[in-house]
Amino acid sequence: MALTKEILMEMYLRMNHARHFEEKVAYFFSRGMVHGTTHLSVGQEASGVASAMALDDGDLASLTHRGHSQAIGFGLDINRMMAELLGKETGYCKGKGGSMHIADIENGNLGANGIVGGGYCISTGAALTQQYNKTGKLVLCFSGDGSTNEGTFHEAVNLASIWKLPVIFFIENNLYGMSTHIEKSMNIKDIADRAKSYGIPGIIVDGNDAIEVYETVAKAAEGVRAGKGPVLIESKTYRWQGHSKSDAQAYRTKDEVEEWKEKDPIARLRKFMIDQGMATAEEMDEVEKQAKENMEKAVEFARESPEPPVESVTEDVYA
Amino acid sequence: MKEMTYKDAINLAMSEEMRKDKNVIFMGEDIGVYGGAFGVSVGMFEEFGEERVKDTPISEAVIVGAAAGAAATGLRPICEMMFMDFITIAMDNLVNQAAKMRYMFGGKAKVPMTLRLPSGSGTGAAAQHTQSLEAWLCHVPGLKVVTASSPAEAKGLLKAAIRDDNPVCFVEHKLLYKMKGEVPVDDEYVLPLGQSYVRKEGTDVTIVTYGTILHRVLEVVEEVEKEGISVEVVDPRTLYPMETQTIVDSVKKTGRAIVVHEAAKTGGLGGEIAAMISESEAFDYLDAPVLRVCGLDTPIPYNRNLEAAVVPSVEAIKEAIYKVMNRK
Ligand SMILES: Cc1ncc(C[n+]2csc(CCOP(=O)(O)OP(=O)(O)O)c2C)c(N)n1
Repeated sequence: MALTKEILMEMYLRMNHARHFEEKVAYFFSRGMVHGTTHLSVGQEASGVASAMALDDGDLASLTHRGHSQAIGFGLDINRMMAELLGKETGYCKGKGGSMHIADIENGNLGANGIVGGGYCISTGAALTQQYNKTGKLVLCFSGDGSTNEGTFHEAVNLASIWKLPVIFFIENNLYGMSTHIEKSMNIKDIADRAKSYGIPGIIVDGNDAIEVYETVAKAAEGVRAGKGPVLIESKTYRWQGHSKSDAQAYRTKDEVEEWKEKDPIARLRKFMIDQGMATAEEMDEVEKQAKENMEKAVEFARESPEPPVESVTEDVYA
Repeated sequence: MKEMTYKDAINLAMSEEMRKDKNVIFMGEDIGVYGGAFGVSVGMFEEFGEERVKDTPISEAVIVGAAAGAAATGLRPICEMMFMDFITIAMDNLVNQAAKMRYMFGGKAKVPMTLRLPSGSGTGAAAQHTQSLEAWLCHVPGLKVVTASSPAEAKGLLKAAIRDDNPVCFVEHKLLYKMKGEVPVDDEYVLPLGQSYVRKEGTDVTIVTYGTILHRVLEVVEEVEKEGISVEVVDPRTLYPMETQTIVDSVKKTGRAIVVHEAAKTGGLGGEIAAMISESEAFDYLDAPVLRVCGLDTPIPYNRNLEAAVVPSVEAIKEAIYKVMNRK
């Protein structure tokens, strides 16, 4: 899968969608229009979007609680995502899931998860289905650095490695699990090292470099598809916003945040495209404008969508 | 019909469903060549091979979670927890993942998985290998919880569980594994889930019970019938979501009700069933308060005498019958 201009422009569009989506969500939140909680991935767009875009049609993915970029990268419709955040019937989960449960199982999206580490076992099982049915498809399992301290990480990666299941464990290391810096939660510097214990490759990528993320996932996918077993990819990145809506961020300095803002993955992809002569500044501006307009439409769609009927509250508990 | 043990009936149910549907696979610890901790799956590895009878590492969370992921993507996994007690380690994957996936995703997921759970005391294995934790599972909308108290029922209900499109927890009391009974060998012998069942008819008092303890109840019933007390025994079989009309109708007929189970009393199903009867139209027919005869609120002890003392005894069941009959 070569990185054509077309793919890169689409990637740029989706990364912008992700950024605007979360800006809107933050705004709605402050106005009390989105309830519960939500975790923004601003700053992590290259990691979430480029990795998901490196998949083939029919591949699957499971997302984390910080899953908006991941979902948009996977190709989910921003209208229906926004509708879900507003709890509307037209949302991906008919308003029953919200930010932490956006899913589209029929199309391979196994869902965001409110349980830290909740996707590891599900992904492993979905990978078993692919192996069993010889579909040639794989599962991209998104997770965060903190989640690798859950027992399920170790159980799932171990099982996937001995059964040689087609799954990529893609760990977005944004340095913090809520307020806890990785230095305080693990005795190793790189999460990729954990792969050694399971005899699988552990690869580190610059998670703010969309090109590197895309190429690494696409390359890893080849081996995984060929039956060589799982791969663990550690994507080094950073979230600009607090963990969730109520986070005073006392655990990190403003300087640190500013330093990472300098590494904005969106600006970086834009610069790359222009520097390489793949696109003009005007073309990039056009995509940005398009992304903004699309997001306004998504908001309008979500706002105008009906509330789910109260009678639906007991529906779909059982198949 | 063929006489066989409860254990073999379970093996037959799984094997028949695996022959019929290639999507049915079986996973668990030592279920392959070893044949499972209780020998339930002996011979299945030889017939179906390692692709479909999958030995897992000792990793309960991923057994259940992987089953959920496989089920959501088209397979119909059966998994065996070596002991029901170990479900605690897999609780997130069962309760937060498998049970809720359908609802939380707006009705677009199906999670057709079956979890086999060897439960109960009487084996001397002490507190961590003898629990009856079904009430925990019955508190989770999205799960189904099923028990079978005879070999034929084990076959019929397990087949229904495997064919069901939801996560089903199939509770197998370990003391029943060696019990023998006539089992239909017909491939299509399937007993419906969500249907309570009158195990024995009677007119004076209704006893709602399930699992191994049902057999103890039947013994007691035989004794008190000699004294002229006629007992109706109802087995809910599907503990959740429970079909209650059969129980209500029985209580309307007899006017008296007792719930008997091995699991600890507090927070157990007995309280739930008693409350359900009180809230139902059967309340006006009651001649006595609904009684519960349950396990003591203690872990299961090792000592043989103590272990026996935890579970409802013949005397305790009898006494409850006399009490509701005002015969004390
Ligand atoms: C099992 C579980 N424990 C704790 C939480 C609360 N919680 C939600 S997100 C989070 C931090 C997760 O950190 P990480 O895995 O690094 O992901 P990130 O938030 O950085 O994307 C915590 C502690 C939870 N949702 N689930």
